[in-house]
Amino acid sequence: MSRRIRTLLWVLTATVLVVFSVPWFWWGDSRTAAGIPLWLWWHIGWMGVATIVFAVFVRTDWDRYMGVGDV
Amino acid sequence: MSELTLQVAIVVGYLILALGVGLVAYRVSTNVAEDYYLANRSIGTLVLLFTTFATLLSAFTFFGGPNIAYAQGPEWILVMGVMDGVLFAILWYLIGYKQWLVGQKQGYVTLSEMLGDRFGSRRLRGLVAAVSLFWLFPYIMLQQMGAGEALTGLSGGAIPYWAGAALITAFMILYVVLAGMRGVAWTDTIQGLFMLSVVWIAVAWVLAAVGGPSGAAAALGESNPEFLALGSDYYTPQYIISTAVVIAFGVTMFPQINQRFFVAGSARVLKRSFVLWPVLVLLLFVPTFLLGTWAAGLGIEVPEGANVLPILLSEYTPVWFAALVIAGAMAAMMSSSDSMLLSGSSYFIRDLYRPFVDPTLSERREAWLARGGVAVFATATFIASLSRPGTLIEVGNTAFGGFAQLTLPVLVALYWQSTTRDGMVAGILGSQLLYLSHVFIPTVTVEIGATTLPLFARAYGGWDVALGGMLLGALLTVGVSLLTTPAADEKSSRFVVGAD
Repeated sequence: MSRRIRTLLWVLTATVLVVFSVPWFWWGDSRTAAGIPLWLWWHIGWMGVATIVFAVFVRTDWDRYMGVGDV
Repeated sequence: MSELTLQVAIVVGYLILALGVGLVAYRVSTNVAEDYYLANRSIGTLVLLFTTFATLLSAFTFFGGPNIAYAQGPEWILVMGVMDGVLFAILWYLIGYKQWLVGQKQGYVTLSEMLGDRFGSRRLRGLVAAVSLFWLFPYIMLQQMGAGEALTGLSGGAIPYWAGAALITAFMILYVVLAGMRGVAWTDTIQGLFMLSVVWIAVAWVLAAVGGPSGAAAALGESNPEFLALGSDYYTPQYIISTAVVIAFGVTMFPQINQRFFVAGSARVLKRSFVLWPVLVLLLFVPTFLLGTWAAGLGIEVPEGANVLPILLSEYTPVWFAALVIAGAMAAMMSSSDSMLLSGSSYFIRDLYRPFVDPTLSERREAWLARGGVAVFATATFIASLSRPGTLIEVGNTAFGGFAQLTLPVLVALYWQSTTRDGMVAGILGSQLLYLSHVFIPTVTVEIGATTLPLFARAYGGWDVALGGMLLGALLTVGVSLLTTPAADEKSSRFVVGAD
């Protein structure tokens, strides 16, 4: 994968992570599961996803954009 | 033992414990400025994570946040998640890691020092420090006011407001003077772990009494069904996005947070903290804000000016436990304040006093002067907090927006080598002027043709004006940099950290 595409993918991933931290498509929805609103469950799961993505980033490209390490 | 004695004993017990930690930190410290401010750049993952976290929290986690959740529903959890869990983590990498790398190489202790050296400008250094202190001073004052009020509330008025604030101030001075960054970071860690445990125990206690989350949700469905739905007139998309973006960007430039970017012992520490960030944010804010929300369904009455969480806890948990939570909340306020005092003092001594008054100041003498600075700073904010000037309170409440104006120029400078000194000065001054004018000048409306336009409003169409200031700052920094050439003493390679 070329460097450019890789960078683009990270920027895209970060953008999606930020934008969908809030489930905008459930605006006004008040369904609950186990006493917690569904939109809150989404958010809790999403933070889990964020942690996994961050962990992958740390293992792969953390230093690539800082000019240190494996450039 | 009466309720009051027990509560005061727990708070005092906490203060004594913190002082003990401070003493230990003092004994292992060497007496130079870098150790006093930055604990010799040797902080580990757990301590860095929690010291940043505890500093970030302040009183909002226990008082302000649950109060909003009680009145408006739990969507603030989402704001916190976007803001602290994701956006701040990304900035932690983009600004924090970069600053750490540059700091390792050049030995910087403050943001202003870093920028002043890169752009070969004592004035820029002074400007960044002055802007930071302008927003920091009233923010510390707000914390002192909060702690004073909490102590008055806790003692049922037996301790007057001025005495509560004075006690907290005296304790903070004693503590920061003794302990420096190392002690502050250690107590933050103890507090962070303590608060996290206490909050979950509180949730278990309350839920056991009301029949689990389903029981709490059912009660809420009766009293405030609108709280379960995502969004409201209060939580508009504009509000959620503005608040999350402005605070996340503002937080990175708060002196006590920004200075923590320099203290990590190794890159591994920064990486681990970055990964754990979203989880930690969830673990703390979901329970505290849900407690506030559930209280609305449980028929908890909150008198004017009081906080919902202590009232809820005194209803459902034993007295000693409620007192523990209050002690934890006060600890949170103090941990924010003492970090701010320490950083504020280092900005003042290092970036204003040393360059402009006494350039020959030694590192050892600087460490002592910094302690004096802490005492002066804390006393001044205490005196200001007694008269509660409206202007200062306004500045404190808008501090996040003020700091957010610095973030984009700094980000541009860190990554774009063609940034010039003139570009930085224009970006910082321009955005500050725009934001300050909107904070201080009352809104006026003008008629243009058939439409009425508000001017100097704090928000336009629901969007915080701070966002506009940030954009202007970035445009000015880039635009003016393109139009000007760097001065001879600018060192554009300073922020390049390649394998050389």
